[in-house]
Amino acid sequence: MGKEKITGSMKARKFISNTIVHTILAIMAIIWVFPIFWVVLTSFRAEKGSYVSSFFPKSYTLNNYIQLFTNTSVLNFPKMFANTLIIAIFSCIISTFFVLSVSYCMSRLRFKMRKPFMNVAMILGLFPAFMSMVAVYYILKAIGLSEGAMIRVALVLVYSGGSGLGFYIAKGFFDTIPKALDEAAYIDGCTRWQVFYKITIPLSKPIIVYTVLTSFMGPWVDFIFAKVICRAEADYYTVAIGLWRMLEREYIDNWYTCFAAGAVCISIPIAILFIVMQRYYTEGLSGAVKG
Amino acid sequence: MVVMGAGNIAHQQIIKGLLFLLMEVAFFCFMAVSGIHNLSMLGTLGEAEQQEIWNEAKGIYEYVAGDNSLLILLYGIATIFVIVWFIMMWRASLKSAYKAECLKKEGKHINSFLDDIKDLFHINLHKSMLTLPLAGIIVLNILPLVFMISMAFTNYSKLGEHLLLFDWVGFENFGMVLNFSGSVGQTFWSVLGWTLIWAVFATGLNYIFGMILAIMINRKGTRCKGFWRFCFVLSIAVPMFVSLLIMRTMLQPSGAVNVLLMNLGLIDKPLPFFTNATWARVTVIVINLWVGIPYTMMQVTGILQNIPAELYEAARVDGANAFVTFFKITLPYMLFVTTPYLITTFTGNVNNFNVIYLLSGGDPTPVGSTAGKTDLLVTWLYKLTIDQQYYNIGAVIGIMTFVVLAIVSLVTYRHTGSYNNEEGFQ
Repeated sequence: MGKEKITGSMKARKFISNTIVHTILAIMAIIWVFPIFWVVLTSFRAEKGSYVSSFFPKSYTLNNYIQLFTNTSVLNFPKMFANTLIIAIFSCIISTFFVLSVSYCMSRLRFKMRKPFMNVAMILGLFPAFMSMVAVYYILKAIGLSEGAMIRVALVLVYSGGSGLGFYIAKGFFDTIPKALDEAAYIDGCTRWQVFYKITIPLSKPIIVYTVLTSFMGPWVDFIFAKVICRAEADYYTVAIGLWRMLEREYIDNWYTCFAAGAVCISIPIAILFIVMQRYYTEGLSGAVKG
Repeated sequence: MVVMGAGNIAHQQIIKGLLFLLMEVAFFCFMAVSGIHNLSMLGTLGEAEQQEIWNEAKGIYEYVAGDNSLLILLYGIATIFVIVWFIMMWRASLKSAYKAECLKKEGKHINSFLDDIKDLFHINLHKSMLTLPLAGIIVLNILPLVFMISMAFTNYSKLGEHLLLFDWVGFENFGMVLNFSGSVGQTFWSVLGWTLIWAVFATGLNYIFGMILAIMINRKGTRCKGFWRFCFVLSIAVPMFVSLLIMRTMLQPSGAVNVLLMNLGLIDKPLPFFTNATWARVTVIVINLWVGIPYTMMQVTGILQNIPAELYEAARVDGANAFVTFFKITLPYMLFVTTPYLITTFTGNVNNFNVIYLLSGGDPTPVGSTAGKTDLLVTWLYKLTIDQQYYNIGAVIGIMTFVVLAIVSLVTYRHTGSYNNEEGFQ
């Protein structure tokens, strides 16, 4: 009798705490999803301008998307999209190569400059990233990359040039690959280079995918570097600056709903890539060789 | 000794020797053509002003370009980098000649050029793999950084028309920024104070709430774990600048939040999200929670599951409730494991440009001040350099940011369990 009472009250308590937790989670989830939901709604909103009188649009339309991709006279969104895509592809290739080779060296090879290099990398990380932005701009200008089509090259360099400093995650991953594999390969007469591309690389798929995706996403989500490098050259704007400009005072009345449409267009692919990347990231954290 | 590569050529390493020789020739050509000039200008940073000269023949004023101190400084520093590189090359050539000499005396095999190339893929793999990334880091990170740091010692600013020609002024700028009584100094200390408050709150609250969220999702009784996780991950999957810009428009006086609240009759006039200093500060911290909690949740989920279950079991037997277990077991364990992560987040928050710039833009800005009430050191730095052209002060602030961060990370790191007692939890 007594025992039943205790289990009964425990059940009740469990039920209560479960309900509380689920309610809190539901409220939080609504807060977190609300802005996203709202921007999707806005992108289909028929009335223009940023002033809203009601939460739900009065009428729905696809015109915002159409205007975004066809009205190229003022803000050329398709071109910005193409710019960003080109920049993203190149900087992704370069920085993947940089990151992988630096982290392999830091993880597997022992040489005199290893420790100093890692310390310098840590110190560099403490400086505000764009403190040197103005200087980078003048350097790029001095080698003639600040005008015309060369802006794309400049942006690729900016996004990928210093990427060798972000080696920590990949290094941590390489550290988990058993050294015995390397040693076996050396005994079979492999050079270190062969070990790198015949053993380490094939075993590192999760971290390679992770690196590729992070560096690919960089140019899409970066705003400040692109703004400093591009200045007023609207032909070479990336998507981020374009979207930002749509909210500036002179454009906001006509472009506000298009901004929402553009945000949706950018966010969907990025969100998918991000979720894929997360999967590989967790996989990467759990180590390379299992069993 | 003087002719680089001679030693190598003497020992039949002809291609290697020639390469060294070529480098030396190129270096001296560079020095003769522009290097020495660059260096000599570095002392004064140029003095010739831009001049107007009356051209009789054409009947117009012609402009004769004067010196541009900025370029002089940049080229001067680049020249110093080249010289350092050359000295390293010179050392390398001496070393390789000496090695060849020694090997010859011992009667061993001296590497041919082909052997050297092969070595680049084996013994010297780090050299071949690191060259390009290192070049990128030096040109795009270190060189600009040195350039900006040296700018802190000049009077390169809008003040007194020093945008084209400027001089070295020593530590004057540092004195100006650190001085409590000057206007720049006062702004600096108040911005620094807010930066630290912001970084502590942003880091601490994100950390604790993110952890609580992760615990709530992962606890036994919770259903549909995947769904909840997806909801929160979705909000970080959207590019940050997009979600921040959305937030900004939503919180405008006529934005969605105010309209919604007014339609519900909860408020009569718009809430001053970005116009009142205290409101703005709380708003940016709260929105940063919106941005940051899901990140923390993802980062800590795995670690939380590693906490030994016996600890919780024992606590339950002793009659501890959820709060006690959280503060006595979860938090200490997590702090122990994640201190490096916390330091990185703190650094990231001190340098959190995006959230402040895109959200409030530093507003509200008091009249006549260069920094707004929500400006961090980084956003202030941005305003000072890009908008206002006080480059020297901007550079000093960048350096101060670095100093603050270095001190904070060193002190916390030294005082944490993971440093003092590496095996405490094992």
